[in-house]
Amino acid sequence: MKFIVAIIQPHKLEEVKQELEAVDVNLMTVSNVLGQGRQKGYTEIYRGAKEVGGLLKKVRLDIAVNEEFVEPTIAAINKGARTGKGEVGDGKIFVLELADCIRISSGERGGTAIG
Amino acid sequence: MNTGDTAWVLISSALVLGMTIPGLAFFYGGLVRRKNVLSILMQCFIIVCVISLQWILFGYSLSFGPDTGWGIIGSLKWAGLDFVGGQPNADYAATIPHQVFMIFQAMFAIITPALIIGAFAERMKFSAFLLFTVLWATLVYDPLAHWVWGMGGWLRNLGALDFAGGIVVHVSSGISALTLAILLGKRCGYAKQPFRPHNLPFTVLGAALLWFGWFGFNAGSALGANELAANAFVTTHIAAAAAGLAWVLIEWYHHGAPTILGVATGVVAGLVAITPACGFVNPLNAVFIGIIVALLCYIAVVVIKSRLGYDDSLDAFGVHGVGGIWGTLATGLFAEKAVNAAGADGLLFGNPKLFLVQVLLVVVVPLFAAGMTWMIFKAVDALVGMRVEKKDEIVGLDLTQQSESAYTVVE
Repeated sequence: MKFIVAIIQPHKLEEVKQELEAVDVNLMTVSNVLGQGRQKGYTEIYRGAKEVGGLLKKVRLDIAVNEEFVEPTIAAINKGARTGKGEVGDGKIFVLELADCIRISSGERGGTAIG
Repeated sequence: MNTGDTAWVLISSALVLGMTIPGLAFFYGGLVRRKNVLSILMQCFIIVCVISLQWILFGYSLSFGPDTGWGIIGSLKWAGLDFVGGQPNADYAATIPHQVFMIFQAMFAIITPALIIGAFAERMKFSAFLLFTVLWATLVYDPLAHWVWGMGGWLRNLGALDFAGGIVVHVSSGISALTLAILLGKRCGYAKQPFRPHNLPFTVLGAALLWFGWFGFNAGSALGANELAANAFVTTHIAAAAAGLAWVLIEWYHHGAPTILGVATGVVAGLVAITPACGFVNPLNAVFIGIIVALLCYIAVVVIKSRLGYDDSLDAFGVHGVGGIWGTLATGLFAEKAVNAAGADGLLFGNPKLFLVQVLLVVVVPLFAAGMTWMIFKAVDALVGMRVEKKDEIVGLDLTQQSESAYTVVE
């Protein structure tokens, strides 16, 4: 079991979801997050007070998958989230070991509880 | 008695109340950080409650009651609205009930201390704020209203012109705001971390409501539904429009971006500047007053404030103080009897005396307001302490002063 965390551009969420559904990955948690990477932020001005390089809005996906779904999930996120211009700011995918998974309604554990 | 005049001043009174709540409340509320928005709304609302009572109990009598002899303060003869009933008072407004004049003026007494909130936002203790507000209304606003507007007031007798409150409302509150901002000190982290407005749409909504309500403030000050009200309405609108556009063009040139906060601030500055002048100047000169106030307030807010380093949180001084001073002087330049026979000609119409009286106003009133604010600050600070504890300021005034929070994160 792996736990996949993806940080993507907010406007790419819909495409990533469609790609994930195409490889039968339907369960995920989505949250709004702020972050900064190599992409520079925007300058904001309030009554002449300049604030340079604020944090940028990103969307974070948390997805728990069984081993056979790991590579298709990564490929789907890559396909959906890449803007294709090789520019910075498209985000990152992190893959973590997942110790266990429990479905609260039934108490099932491990791989059967994931899907 | 005239029913048209009475209806207009009653409606204007309601419009001016709308400037404080919800207008100013949301204008200021949107500018603070999310942890302090309720403290601003609370201060604006409670000021309406407190000053309304102060006004009918003794404030109105001190301001407009029969002079006690030296043109300094009214007597308590009209305390509790004694002698203030349905019959008009010809000294102030011959065609409307005295009570209507009184409640119209009550709304001015309410908004003036509310404007000062912008200077001490995000760090004042609520109990200290209440004490300060009542003392300031009684010791600064009521005497000033008497000097400039009250029968027998010494500045009124000198021929000072202030149609709707440029000096009484905006200069008095703006200068007091600066005094308080300096005495109170900066907010924790000021100039070291970003202080972003937490909800600019609120601020824009508030500015729009201020613009709307200002027609009651200025055109209502004609105290009748007549050609003077029409002139005040038109000049008010034109000055606001000119100042809003001018502010945006200046910042676009200076900082490279036209901002909505810029338009909103410019419009309010324009409204402030035209306030003393609106019933005395013609519409084209109102355009000029609006353009110049945008330039002056922009310099005050963007350049001077950061150079001098005082923390006037929401620019109560930069907009109301500076704009009010310019408007008071501009009245001395552009006033003409052709617009208002009861007024006077200004410097540009061959009468230097009016201009000198207006200069006297912008010297005497700031000195009085700053001195009294300093004394009230020292007294209240000694009694209850003006500023919240540092940890309370960091947590935010909503939770530490009001025990509420504006926005839920989880259900």
